[in-house]
Amino acid sequence: MVDSQIHTGGSRRPSSAALLAAAALAFAWLGTSAVVAAEAEPAAAAEHGEAEHVDWQAWKAGNQIGDKASLQRGAANFANYCASCHSIKYLRYERMAKDLQISEELLRKNLLPAGAKPTDYMMARVAAADGEAWFGRAPPDLSLITRSKGSDYVYQFLKGFYVDDSRPTHSNNLALPGAAMPAVLSDLEGVKTVVFSAEGESGHGGGKQVERFEQVAPGALTAAQYDSFVRDTVNYLDYAGEPSQIERGDLGIWVLLFLLVFTGLTWMLKKEYWRDVH
Amino acid sequence: MGGHSDASLPVRTGFLGWLNKRLPVDSFVKNQLTDYYAPKNFNIWYFFGSLALFVLVMQLVSGIFLTMHYKVGEATAFDSVEYIMREVPYGWLLRYLHSTGASAFFIVVYLHMFRAMLYGSYKAPRELLWLFGMVIYLALMAEAFMGYVLPWGNMSFWGAQVIVNLFGTIPVIGPGLVEWIRGDYGIADATLNRFFSLHVVAVPLILLLMVMLHLVALHETGSNNPDGIEINDNKGKDGKPLDGIPFHPYYTVKDIFGVGVFLTAFCFVVFFMPTFGGIFLEKPNFEMANAMSTPEHIAPVWYFTPFYAILRAVPDQQLGALAMALSIVCLVVLPWLDRSPVRSTRYRGWIWKLALALFVVSFVALGYLGLEPPSPLYTLLARIFAVIYFSFFVFMPFYTKVDPVKPLPARVSYDHG
Repeated sequence: MVDSQIHTGGSRRPSSAALLAAAALAFAWLGTSAVVAAEAEPAAAAEHGEAEHVDWQAWKAGNQIGDKASLQRGAANFANYCASCHSIKYLRYERMAKDLQISEELLRKNLLPAGAKPTDYMMARVAAADGEAWFGRAPPDLSLITRSKGSDYVYQFLKGFYVDDSRPTHSNNLALPGAAMPAVLSDLEGVKTVVFSAEGESGHGGGKQVERFEQVAPGALTAAQYDSFVRDTVNYLDYAGEPSQIERGDLGIWVLLFLLVFTGLTWMLKKEYWRDVH
Repeated sequence: MGGHSDASLPVRTGFLGWLNKRLPVDSFVKNQLTDYYAPKNFNIWYFFGSLALFVLVMQLVSGIFLTMHYKVGEATAFDSVEYIMREVPYGWLLRYLHSTGASAFFIVVYLHMFRAMLYGSYKAPRELLWLFGMVIYLALMAEAFMGYVLPWGNMSFWGAQVIVNLFGTIPVIGPGLVEWIRGDYGIADATLNRFFSLHVVAVPLILLLMVMLHLVALHETGSNNPDGIEINDNKGKDGKPLDGIPFHPYYTVKDIFGVGVFLTAFCFVVFFMPTFGGIFLEKPNFEMANAMSTPEHIAPVWYFTPFYAILRAVPDQQLGALAMALSIVCLVVLPWLDRSPVRSTRYRGWIWKLALALFVVSFVALGYLGLEPPSPLYTLLARIFAVIYFSFFVFMPFYTKVDPVKPLPARVSYDHG
C-alpha cells in the first residue's frame, strides 16, 4: 500500500466564497434556476424517509477532488484491487503520478505493474478475451465511468454487492442488477445479504426496496473504513475521468479575477465616453 | 466615391495615404463606424447582437485549434477527443470553450431574437434583416447538430439517428433522402465524415456570408430601438439624427463592457461547471457510440428541445415532424403576420403583451418538457403549450390589428444624465 508513505499534498481548490460569487454571475447570465435543480436531482430520492428501508440510491460519494491524500490512497486501492481486470486506457502512469504528487520511485515500487513503463497507458493485466471468457463480459475500461454514470453511481455500485446464490458469481449488485463482476472487495467489506421489503417489485424507481442489510461474514475493514476506502477509490476514478479538472479549477480563479477587473475597467471607460450623451 | 475624394476624411500621407488610394479603409471606417449613427437609447437587450458575433469568432478560433487534433472517423473520433482533453496542452480548455460556446451561442441568439420580437425589429423596413437572421439561425442549428455528432459519443450517435430519421417522414422521397444524408444504411463512418466536412467548412462559410449580409442590411436600414421609432425622422441641421450617436466610439466601448460581463459568466461555466450538470455535455456522451446500446432516454441538447417537445406532442410521427418544421417556419414569416401599426411592445396594448408573455412561457416550458422523458402529464402539457405556441402566430394577424396601441412619442426616451 502506498498511502502511508506518500507526503500529503495540500488542497489547492478555489475557496468556496469565490466560487459562490462567480456562481451568482453565471446564474444571472442564464436567468434560469431549472437547470440548477437538475444537478441536485438524486437528493429527491432521500425524501422517502419514514418507511423501514435503506435508501441506497441516496448514497453520495462525497469525494473531494482537491484531497491529494485521498487521491493517493485511491490510486493504491485501484492498483491493488481493480487494475488486474480494469484498464484506464486514456491515462498514463506518469501523468497520474505527477498530478497526484507521487514520486517516480514510489510509482515504480508500488503502482507500476511488472513490465510496464511510466509512460504507458494504464492497461488491464488480464486480456479482454480472458475477461470475457471468465465473466461473460470483458471488464469495462474505467477511464470515463464517473463521467458517464456519475461518481455517486460508482460509490453505490462498490457498496452494493450482496449474496445472491442464483447468480454464477454468487453475488449481485443493487446499482447494477445482474452485474457480471464478482464481489471482489468482500474480504474488505465482508459478506452481506439483503432483506428486501415485502412489497417486492413495487418500490419506487421500479426496483425492489431494501429493508435492511445483514452481515454474514465480517471483512478486514469496519463499515466506516470501507466507506472511506470506496470514497477514495471513487475520487481517484473521478480524477481519472478528467485529469485536467485540478488545473481547470486553479486556472479558473485567476481567469475570473482578471475578467472582473477587466469588466470593471471597461465599465469605467464606457461611463467616461458616454459622459456627453444626454 | 473613392475615399480620397471625401473632404471629411483625414488627409493621409505615407503608407496610409498609399493604402487609402487603393483600398477604402478610411471611408469604410467612417461610413460603417464613426459616421454610422445608432439610437442612443439602446438597453440591455441590445448587447446580444455584438455578443453573437463575439461568440461566432470564438467558435471559429477554438474550432480551428480543435480541428488540428481531432481525428474524424468512427474508430478514432472518440479517442481523439479524449486525447484533446488529456494530452494536448490546454486541449481541455479549447474543447470546453467550444462546447460551452455552442450553448452560449444559442442563449445569446435566443435573447437577440426575443429582443427583435419585443421591439418589433422585424417589421418594415427590416424584414430582410430578419430573414437573414433566420437563415443564420437555421445554419446555426445545422452547425450545432453536426458538431454534436463529431465526438462520436453514444448520445451523438443516437441523437443523429433520431434527427436524421425525421427526414424519413417526408412522403415519397423520405427513405431515399435519409440514406442520401447518412451515406450509409445507418449512422456510420460515412455520416461522421460528411458531418465533419459540413461542420468545419460548408456551414461556417454560409454563416459568415449571412452574418455579413445581416450587417449590411442593418446598416442600410439603421437600427431599431426600444421605442420602435425611426431616429432618421428627426435630423439636426447637420443632417445627423438628433437621437443618434456614432457607433464608434460609443457603442464599441459599451459592447466591450458587454463582452466583459458575458465572458465572466461564460468562463465561470467553462472552468467550474463545463458539463452544466449534464445539460451542455450529456452523460451518455462519455461513452463511445454503440449501435447495440441505446441510452435510457434520448433527448437533443437543450437548444433544440422546444421543437423536440412539439414533435413528441403530436401522436403521429409524420405530422409531428411537420409540426416541428412549421414551428420554425412560423418564426420566419413573423414580419408578415404582425399587422400592428407600432413596433415596440412599449406602445402596444394588453393583447400583444399577453400574447408575447404566453409565447415566452410556452417556449421555455416546451424547452423543459423536451429535456424530460415523456409521461402522460408531460405529453398533455406539451400539447397545451404547443397549441399556445402556434396560436401566437396563427392569430397574430387578427389580434395585432385590434390591439389598443398607444400614441408614439416624437423622440426616443432616454432618461440618463
